[in-house]
Amino acid sequence: MTGYIIRRMLQFIPVVIAATLIVYAMVFLMPGDPIRALSGDRPMSPQVLETLREQYNLNDPFLVQYAKYMWGVFTAGDFGTTFQGRPVLDIIQQGLPITVTLALVALSFQIVIGVIAGVLAAVYKDSFLDRMVQVSLVIVVAVPTLAIGFLLQLTFGLNLEWFPIAGTREGLVSYVLPGITLGAVSTGIVARMLRSELVEALQSDYVRTATAKGMRRSRVVVRHGLRNSLIPVVTFLGADLATMLGGTVVVETIFNLTGLGGQIFRSIQAQENTVVVGIVTLFVLFYVVLNLVVDLLYAAIDPRIRYD
Amino acid sequence: MTTPRTPEPSFTGDTASPLLEVVDLHVEFHTKAGVAQAINGLNVTLNAGETLAILGESGSGKSVTAQTIMGILDMPPGHIAGGEIRYRGEDLLTMKPEKRRKLRGVSISMIFQDALSALNPVLPVGWQIAEMFRVHQGMNRKLARQKSIAMMQRVGIPAAEERVGDFPHQFSGGMRQRIMIAMAIALDPDVLIADEPTTALDVTVQAQVMRLLKELQVENNMGLILITHDLGVVADVADKIAVMYAGQVMEVSDVYEIYAQPAHPYTEGLLNSVPRIDGQDERLNAISGLPPSLTDMPSGCPFHPRCPYATDLCSAERPGLLPVVAEHTSACHYREEIYNGTRQPREEAQA
Repeated sequence: MTGYIIRRMLQFIPVVIAATLIVYAMVFLMPGDPIRALSGDRPMSPQVLETLREQYNLNDPFLVQYAKYMWGVFTAGDFGTTFQGRPVLDIIQQGLPITVTLALVALSFQIVIGVIAGVLAAVYKDSFLDRMVQVSLVIVVAVPTLAIGFLLQLTFGLNLEWFPIAGTREGLVSYVLPGITLGAVSTGIVARMLRSELVEALQSDYVRTATAKGMRRSRVVVRHGLRNSLIPVVTFLGADLATMLGGTVVVETIFNLTGLGGQIFRSIQAQENTVVVGIVTLFVLFYVVLNLVVDLLYAAIDPRIRYD
Repeated sequence: MTTPRTPEPSFTGDTASPLLEVVDLHVEFHTKAGVAQAINGLNVTLNAGETLAILGESGSGKSVTAQTIMGILDMPPGHIAGGEIRYRGEDLLTMKPEKRRKLRGVSISMIFQDALSALNPVLPVGWQIAEMFRVHQGMNRKLARQKSIAMMQRVGIPAAEERVGDFPHQFSGGMRQRIMIAMAIALDPDVLIADEPTTALDVTVQAQVMRLLKELQVENNMGLILITHDLGVVADVADKIAVMYAGQVMEVSDVYEIYAQPAHPYTEGLLNSVPRIDGQDERLNAISGLPPSLTDMPSGCPFHPRCPYATDLCSAERPGLLPVVAEHTSACHYREEIYNGTRQPREEAQA
């Protein structure tokens, strides 16, 4: 087990290098000069320009810039500074709790609603309830996140005034609408996936055995059927949590949350390249670690899977 | 070792009635191709301590019978069109579902053919056995675990204490079937239904598992319904045989008598089709033709299209399951002649 984890961590290295290199390249090959942008319309003396360029390693060849940056990240946890002189790590520390909260709210929504809807649809297969669940899931999956966000803001924020529509001033309640928006599509996928898995599991021999043992239907479904159906769902949720980080860019912008997703958006606009690269590097690390966690979770759910 | 019998407040039945009695059972499957009549008026009786073998080829309705008695038939597509299943005189089919659930696994229990798929792959075997004690007797986790180990020892699993936390895939086929048996007999049921319990096993292991079943049956005075297509298994352990064909019982008899003197042409055909090691015949005597399609049953006796003795009466009228001699019934118009060996096959059937 430990051996497996170490081997997997070694595999992280090439993945992280490749992913960050691509991001670094894309950001630094963007047109425009960030240093010139700093001064706006006012002219900047060539000396100042040159000093600043030197300070941010902008005169080095691309690969040297990249290497210096990554060295700083992995040896000293130094994600660089913005062109305004603020440490990127500072920005990350400020935005991270908001983004993590948002992602967790979205994840809980996916798990709770997705699993309940999936189980009900499977247990009452082909009933009216099943059809309703299926139809609403198709709608949720088909409508773009953007539209869902605005719709929720309009309905539950402005008209019903149940939830705040922007910012994080009111604590966890502020995350309800953004969380639903972020998790909506995946909730639909989770429910559909679980439904088909559970329908299959409920027809299996071991579920028939559980019934023959005189177990209540609820116990048969939850204890015997559901556990076997969860493996693909866990895989999906793991991969999805990472995809969700991308989704935060849109959702945090719609709901005006000052998390990392919104920060990426603003930083790209302001050509704050170090911030973009810093946050994306963090997301990449997060993604690979999450993948490992998902793989380890399989073994916990299904004893037939062993890593050694 | 006999576990002390815990009182079952859920059921107080009539002890004078037979343990289990299936009366005129009809089960249909509604499929796209039409209505398949899987069981057409089935009658069997099981007494305490008795082993009844239900013998039949694939599609004869053996497993559907077992599942209907157990109450685990998939409905839909299955549908019970009529009849009664009486356990100690009380009809299971009209019983309240919750009351019937409490009988399942407690009073009437079942062993399945393929233990690998019948056991839950993601739960430890000890947990699966312990579940019986925990759910039905409200036993705590620790005590239930002790009981599971005792049950595993009882069915002959070596090092039960170390293996109680293992998962089904970590056991061999024979050991898995033993675990299945341990689970089924955990609460000391009155009726045990074994649906082809040894079909998936090696021949040597088959014998061990059958011996174990027989032992447990005698010890607990269980009524055992053994569903099989294997004439050899039947001869070893059964007291009584019910031969099924196309969802009906063709013949019921004492095991020795049926081998010596069958009273139904189908049974006769089955016995003749067993290969003999001393046989002079070069060809195996198979019953000609195929079993009827369940969606399109022949009129009269379902066996008549394949029967060498069939007459016009056979295609017109379905024979009832009637006694030939005491404790021996047959559903054939010519049961007495077949029994006495005096009836001659039709000429075209001889050719």
